[in-house]
Amino acid sequence: MNDEKYIIVKNLKKYFSTKRGKLHAVDDVSFEIKKGETLGLVGESGCGKSTLGRCLIRLLDSTSGEVLLKNKDNDNYVDITKVNAAEMKALRKRVQIVFQDPYSCLNPRLSVWELIAEPLIVNNIYNNSADMRKRIRELMDTVGLAERLENSYPHELDGGRRQRIGIARSLALNPEFIVLDEPVSALDVCIQAQILNLLNTLQKEFKYTYVFISHNLSVVRHVSDRIAVMYLGQIVELCDYQELFKSPLHPYTQALLSAIPLAKVNVKRERIILEGDVPSPIEPPNACRFAGRCRYACDKCRAGAPELKEHTPGHFVACYRAGELEK
Amino acid sequence: MNENTVPELVKRKRRGAFAEVLFRLSKSPLAMFGLAIILLLIFCALFAEVISPYSPIKQDLMHMFETPSAEHWLGTDEFGRDILSRLIFGARVSLQVGFIAVGIALVVGGMLGAISGYYSGWLDNSIMRVMDVLLSIPQTLLAIAIVAALGPSLMNLMIAVGISAVPTYARIVRGSVLSIRSMEFIEAARSVGSSDLRIILRHIIPNSMAPIIVQSTLGVASAILNAAGLSFIGLGIQPPNPEWGAMLSGGRQYIRDFPHMTLYPGLAIMFTILALNFLGDGLRDALDPKLKR
Repeated sequence: MNDEKYIIVKNLKKYFSTKRGKLHAVDDVSFEIKKGETLGLVGESGCGKSTLGRCLIRLLDSTSGEVLLKNKDNDNYVDITKVNAAEMKALRKRVQIVFQDPYSCLNPRLSVWELIAEPLIVNNIYNNSADMRKRIRELMDTVGLAERLENSYPHELDGGRRQRIGIARSLALNPEFIVLDEPVSALDVCIQAQILNLLNTLQKEFKYTYVFISHNLSVVRHVSDRIAVMYLGQIVELCDYQELFKSPLHPYTQALLSAIPLAKVNVKRERIILEGDVPSPIEPPNACRFAGRCRYACDKCRAGAPELKEHTPGHFVACYRAGELEK
Repeated sequence: MNENTVPELVKRKRRGAFAEVLFRLSKSPLAMFGLAIILLLIFCALFAEVISPYSPIKQDLMHMFETPSAEHWLGTDEFGRDILSRLIFGARVSLQVGFIAVGIALVVGGMLGAISGYYSGWLDNSIMRVMDVLLSIPQTLLAIAIVAALGPSLMNLMIAVGISAVPTYARIVRGSVLSIRSMEFIEAARSVGSSDLRIILRHIIPNSMAPIIVQSTLGVASAILNAAGLSFIGLGIQPPNPEWGAMLSGGRQYIRDFPHMTLYPGLAIMFTILALNFLGDGLRDALDPKLKR
């Protein structure tokens, strides 16, 4: 894999105004994505994974920060958060999303055919219907939908097939970068495997770059090259997937990993049980977000938020005590 | 035979959107009954001169208050005018008032409601507050005020009845747009680059049709009644022109002795409304692919 920086996220923030104050859904997040890799994004519900994913492709306008996407033909970058509507429409062909819930992300009044045709029609890709028909057949074939289903409606199909429609829609415009927002969490386990394998095959074939959002560590481990762990709107740890499972540095990551069930009877391991609840993301204090639940927290942690720093090459962590805690 | 596997393998036939809806509509006998009556009324309205046996306004004082007979199938009124002929000509006015008034209300109210539900914020607030002001005035009173200001005529009557119904439609459309707007498939449409206009027309409106169709079919009925009310107080259709509502109220004072004068216009209104409701229900179901079989 080449190491070129394909997407650079700088100080991305997304705040929502609520009655009780500003909700920091994504708070000062910076990272890079390499061309052709899969970046796993894990964290518990409500930590801002999906919001971050939507900000990356500007389905949500971010409060501040930059999302730089490398141009196709030169080495310059375009800032997705700042382009105007017409430029964004052109960019939509390059960045796409697959949604979490295949039951609500498809318009119930459109047939499979119309659903897959929509991106092609909206962007005027084809001006003759024969080419478009060919392309739709090809897409259905790519994602493994039988041709006979083309006039069916979403409610007549099972979750896996619906998710395939969602995938076909996002592939229709030949994107380079796809945000997969928990694409399998609404599906049952054997269909999860099918969809994950499909996504994997597609990536190999078309060289897509993925951001894979999930709360399921085993799934993320299976698909990701690198993994970013999010806690309350911030990335607390980011590294290679093997490294993350072998030597997690952040206490939150350690607690997460210790919660993965093991299918071994006699292995005993220390289970790190987190006390308390996730603090409110509304107007959080300037301190380490995890300090209140962290068993290693010191005064420094409560006095100011740690930055995401490169601890060892390629291993980023946002914790003052990362070095000390290493075993 | 295992019947569960069979339908799975059959490829669905492909039809145009309109043919598909018509096909599904034809499966509902009640809707077809409704459609038949509406078509019959439209036919009467179009060819009133040809099919009506007498002139609707010519008085025949020798044959006042006649009960139904071979010459006058539905009897005659207080001026000896043939009720059947008046009903046939009345269909013209009543259908016009009903459909055009609802059309005005639906287009204006629907647009305002859709804009206000889709964009929310200050635009939503200002539109809906104006609608609230209109809603606070009784509908009939509002219609009276408008038609009084514009002067009595058929066109002004339709405008008045239409405008007085705008807030109702705006509210209904806004409500269903709000519930559809937050669905994930709207976001999915945006993510492939659909414009706002396309999202409203292709995704939001088709999915928020159900309550609107029901309201409009009921609305045609209440528009006919509203127009009848206005005609009754002299602000709508001017006598001697035939109009169902006006005939109904005109026959009211003779209801003890000659009930047929109110009965037939009443029946005409009732069947029209009934037919519209059947058709409306059928359309609502036919437009929803989930309810097919």
